[in-house]
Amino acid sequence: MTALLYRDLMLALRAGGGFGLGLAFFLIVTVLVPFGVGPQSELLARIAPGILWLGALLACLLSLDRLLALDWEDGTLDLLATSPLPLEAALSIKALAHWITTGLPLVVAAPLFGVLLNLPGPGYLWLVVSLALGTPALSVIGTFGAALTVGIKRGGLLMSLLVLPLYVPTLIFGAEVARRGAAGLETTTPLLMLAGITAGVIAVMPFASAAALRINLR
Amino acid sequence: MSVTDDKPAIKRPSGFWSYANPVKFLGFSERILPALWVLSAACLALGLVWGFFFTPDDFRQGSTVKIIYLHVPSALMAINAWFMMLVASLIWIVRRHHVSALAARAAAPVGVVMTLIALVTGAIWGQPMWGTWWAWDPRLTSFLILFLFYLGYIALWEAIEDPDTAADLTAVLCLVGTVFAVLSRYAVNFWNQGLHQGASLSLDKEENVADVFYFPLLVCIAGFVLLFFALVLYRTGTEIRLRRTRALLARQGRQ
Repeated sequence: MTALLYRDLMLALRAGGGFGLGLAFFLIVTVLVPFGVGPQSELLARIAPGILWLGALLACLLSLDRLLALDWEDGTLDLLATSPLPLEAALSIKALAHWITTGLPLVVAAPLFGVLLNLPGPGYLWLVVSLALGTPALSVIGTFGAALTVGIKRGGLLMSLLVLPLYVPTLIFGAEVARRGAAGLETTTPLLMLAGITAGVIAVMPFASAAALRINLR
Repeated sequence: MSVTDDKPAIKRPSGFWSYANPVKFLGFSERILPALWVLSAACLALGLVWGFFFTPDDFRQGSTVKIIYLHVPSALMAINAWFMMLVASLIWIVRRHHVSALAARAAAPVGVVMTLIALVTGAIWGQPMWGTWWAWDPRLTSFLILFLFYLGYIALWEAIEDPDTAADLTAVLCLVGTVFAVLSRYAVNFWNQGLHQGASLSLDKEENVADVFYFPLLVCIAGFVLLFFALVLYRTGTEIRLRRTRALLARQGRQ
């Protein structure tokens, strides 16, 4: 398992753009928003938590089609399926590798981008907390989408259509935590809901992903 | 599907499961389809004419209240169509009956049209009543999300060439999607307060719509249910014939 994790991380590093690409996309989204809605700082401060969450979500989505596609093409997935390691575990590891290469940099960089959008002071802590709690769910759900569409030529757009509705609950609770945090309100309830979704998704989703992948590998 | 030689006496399924045989299913659906079409048309005509012309206007909403005869049944069927797809997908996963997978496929476009009707009639009613075509109300939002789920489901069916793989993957998507659709429903409830009125047709509550509106509405709902069954049976039959035609063409090509 650690070998697989190490391999995926190394591949992401050496192929270039593993860490950087999602982050750069996130930055561009953050930079483009003020052009779209105007530079008034109080307006930006109000929408900052939502925009940052949405940007992180899209950056996550963007890197999903590389999660399994390359391994599908060169046959690695077939080997993984026949190896003694359960496919569920292999996919969990792949989701973890995706989170480390995409989600974690977003969490770390989000406060920096918060400055660009004039995020209010108490919001930074809650933004980081909510992203740290929520992005693992995005990676795991995304793995399911990738497993579902891995056999389809040019399935990237289709995968967005399938995955984005599944992101709705995570986005709602995650952005709610960040918004309430930025407004200085109580955040316990949405935070618990977000944590519940992430924990539930990590526990159950690999089984669905593995089922979908087995069908595709048949 | 293959019958091995060492078991000469195969046990024929009886009762409900015997309709997993496409021939029997087609025979059955062809026998009851005309009746279904006529009944649903009659119910819809009766319910809509009764509702539109022979019920009084509401004292506050005026005649806009009458859109209820389209809005409520279509919304009801939009949800039930997804539920039917869920059951059919489960049957396909567990018992591998092709008719079941095709029925799920056939129901999806009907469900998406029902969702669209509910959204559009709601918007048309909302414009004079709420003063807006659209509000991010929990019920409206969850219906929009349901619409997206339908789109994804149909798109996945269209994208995969191998019919069995497509049936399997869409069934998995349907199961996962159901969980997330329900989750989204409650998440959306948490996210915004509602403008939409609560349930007004529930059996266990005191406060329901008045009887004058209630009875034509029941007839309309019956009409929509029958129409849904007729459409799904008809479309499933089409899918079965389409697959049979493809098999025949493939066999011809091989010779």
